[in-house]
Amino acid sequence: MTKEQNKTYDVIIVGGGHNGLVCAGYLAKAGKNVVVLEAEKQVGGAATTAELSYGKKVSHCAHFLNQLNQKVSKDLNLSKHGLKLSASKLATIALSADGNHLHLTKDSATGGGISEEDATNYKQFMALMHDYAGTLGFLLDIPPMDVFNMDWDDKKAALKLGWKLRFGLGAEKMSELLRMIGMNIRDVLDDEFDNELLKGALAFDAVLGTHTGPYSAGNFLTFLYRLAGGNNGSVDIPEGGMGAVSSAMAAAAIANGTEIRTNARVKSIDVDNCAVTGVTLESGEVLIAPIVVSNAHLQTTVLDMVGARHFEADFVKRATDIRTRGAAAKMHIALKDVPEFNGLSKDDLKNRLVISPGQQELERAFNHIKYGEVSTEPMMEISIPSLVDASLAENGHVLSATVQYAPYNLKGGWTDQAKAAFLETCIDRLGQFAPNIRALIEHAELITPKDMEDEFGLVGGNWHHGELTLDQMLMLRPVPEASRYALPLDGMYICGAGAHPGGGVMGAAGRNAANAILKGDQ
Amino acid sequence: MFKATDENRSEHDTMHWKSAVKYSPFYNKIKQHDYVNMWHRWAEYTTPDMLEDPTIEYFAIRNSASIFDITPMSKYRIKGPDALHFMNRLLPRDMTKIRVGRVAYTAWCDDEGMVLDDGTVFRVAEDEYLLCAQERQMEILRRNAIGFDIEYSEVTDEIAAISFQGPCTCKILKNMGLQEVETMKMFDLRFFDFPGGEIMVSRTGYTGDLGYEIWVKNDQAEPLWDALYEAGKDYALRPIGGDALEIARIEAGLIAAKVDFSPANETVRPGHAKSPYELGLGWLVKLDKGVAFNGRRALIKEKENGSRYRFVKLDVEGNKPAENAYLFDRENGKTIGYVSSAAWAPTAKKNIALGFVDMPHGEVGDTVWAEIYYQKELKWNRVWAKCEVMGEPAWNPPRKTLTPPEDF
Repeated sequence: MTKEQNKTYDVIIVGGGHNGLVCAGYLAKAGKNVVVLEAEKQVGGAATTAELSYGKKVSHCAHFLNQLNQKVSKDLNLSKHGLKLSASKLATIALSADGNHLHLTKDSATGGGISEEDATNYKQFMALMHDYAGTLGFLLDIPPMDVFNMDWDDKKAALKLGWKLRFGLGAEKMSELLRMIGMNIRDVLDDEFDNELLKGALAFDAVLGTHTGPYSAGNFLTFLYRLAGGNNGSVDIPEGGMGAVSSAMAAAAIANGTEIRTNARVKSIDVDNCAVTGVTLESGEVLIAPIVVSNAHLQTTVLDMVGARHFEADFVKRATDIRTRGAAAKMHIALKDVPEFNGLSKDDLKNRLVISPGQQELERAFNHIKYGEVSTEPMMEISIPSLVDASLAENGHVLSATVQYAPYNLKGGWTDQAKAAFLETCIDRLGQFAPNIRALIEHAELITPKDMEDEFGLVGGNWHHGELTLDQMLMLRPVPEASRYALPLDGMYICGAGAHPGGGVMGAAGRNAANAILKGDQ
Repeated sequence: MFKATDENRSEHDTMHWKSAVKYSPFYNKIKQHDYVNMWHRWAEYTTPDMLEDPTIEYFAIRNSASIFDITPMSKYRIKGPDALHFMNRLLPRDMTKIRVGRVAYTAWCDDEGMVLDDGTVFRVAEDEYLLCAQERQMEILRRNAIGFDIEYSEVTDEIAAISFQGPCTCKILKNMGLQEVETMKMFDLRFFDFPGGEIMVSRTGYTGDLGYEIWVKNDQAEPLWDALYEAGKDYALRPIGGDALEIARIEAGLIAAKVDFSPANETVRPGHAKSPYELGLGWLVKLDKGVAFNGRRALIKEKENGSRYRFVKLDVEGNKPAENAYLFDRENGKTIGYVSSAAWAPTAKKNIALGFVDMPHGEVGDTVWAEIYYQKELKWNRVWAKCEVMGEPAWNPPRKTLTPPEDF
């Protein structure tokens, strides 16, 4: 095939996950001729809606919308392109085995035997956390600073950060933030509260999607990070499942002139004379562009798509050193009817249900994965989205749960038996709170961290494309040489969860990457 | 006397901790010529500073033939379908130009374009190289191997080697029966029959003179030594220590790791590591070879923006070695650099030094000043010496490259 016959674009985006779609949307809006190449038959990556059984659909991987970047939502006009919420500002209900559950909202804690003192502290604590999140949150919307070679934007950001810390928060809160920022969640919560159920539920938020337990170093920052992402701490459910978010992003990109191709798996990103030239699809088709943006994991991009030889060795080494261990599995259950949870009304079940009765139990559940085992008493974040969105189930209901902890490297491997056994463990665990659940199950399935890698390209099963810990955040994310979205290869960029500010259905990485490309960063 | 081969434990040996000092397979032979017992450790191996007198040993390099044991050099074998690609990414030189049977002198860099080490690369087959360096390179090879279809292993303890340098060396090798060794050009590499299997001979060295390096299996070391002595008995051949070699390499203007530059992977202070351009090795760097070799992006920037330092070879006034001297732009002037190696060059009959000055100082023909401290009967004295920046090494004789070499 000669060059004349190959299609030429300004930018090729590899991977139609939500960040790729957002990046495409911004680039196309700025007049670039963009194509998004998605390997699967639908776009969305880990933010998709999939059929669970006949007439029943679920959000395949991500299921709550709690971090969608508000700038992305507004700039790409996602509501005009079909994004609607079927539920918003959901409460978190921390489940207790005795049926005396704890109801948590942004500023209130009731039930669960919580003392008046703890309830008051909770209100103050969460207000403080939102102050912190508000102070740091703007960092998610800009590229990490290049501290060695600061441009004007970096200097502005540094000044803004300093100003917000010192004068926005004030000296007292700032020093408190600096005291807390490197702590583990358990020490923070033990300082603040007595109620175990409360501490268990808050600690769960700090360890969700990470390879840490409440006693592990530095995960207070991960807790804060959840709040800092976009949504002001609100937990929402999109109408039609998570796939609807991706669809709206795709519609926005198409409206701006982006071409989206599905079933177009990229075999290689092509390089000539130390600069990218385009991509070759598995079909053999060659597409030409001076700029290629990868939405895939950095390791996949460097090792599998571009090839290590096109990068210098220290960079390759650092890319392979990214810690990217997932510890969460996903369970989907098709139900004949609404399950009964001890002590909860049907209305309560619309909320976010958390099984994490205490920090000790949570840590104990974590212990197993250190040795390649699954938790015997797993922790869960549960959603029954069909209660707020009837379109997901023609009859009956669907329940989804994110389950911790399940290792990526299970001792003996994730065989069918191992998977079935852990699914049983999870259903038993659910049964402790919803005794009739077994009788209602039509179909149940489990997505292990290994499956997440195989199905969504989440290397190591980590849905952030690299663990979100202090040493892999900001200018260290995913590795210092790639923190500004440009890789050390002319014309090559990244836009996915591996880049700052990380995963979760945020879209911020895609937006920041598009801005870096438009600015001409290299 | 130590039994060298018995004590010579490699890291693959589970009892390696028993021996903190390794003994080269040549140890027993060298020890027979040792009159002064001055040895030090070089990468675990014990190695002589001198065996009798460094000046006499130096003159063996320049006037007859010298044997220096280079077994302690770090040696690696790199083999596999991607071997060429691997070397071409590791090294700034264009390795496609290095054919089978050739050796390349080269430095290698980290991603920041700072030199990790320098050494020689031997292309022994289409898909196989030997890498030889002063410092250990395993970690560097490990990270460079990611994504390449190659195998790499350290062979330091499996290959015994000597550097055989001096004007009579070719003749001695011919006497030893190495057919047509005289047709070997500089940086050629050949295999010759020898009892116990082929031995590898390269026309390489670290003296700026005619010379060869001979690479053998450990159990061939002593037979090789005896064969050289037999073939060279009329040529005043002698084993030498590191002090004599040091004079020769400074005279030839050759740099040494950990003397003239600090390997970048062991250097933490900003500004202390050096790029190939700053080490006077710019000629090795092929920016346009179309390969993302290590340091390429940084070196392109350096080429555009200029280097920080310049490597200089100095002809120093007087006869006081300018060791550790600061360099100044004029007498009592501004400090612009320092001397990293200095020696009286006996053959060139010059007081010479190698060093670094800040850019833009130190162009060929420029004058800089050294403030030299020296002792006389333990009393410190100080002298200002005018230095001229030389364009060529103090010692660079035609016989270094002459093929065939002179027949004595």
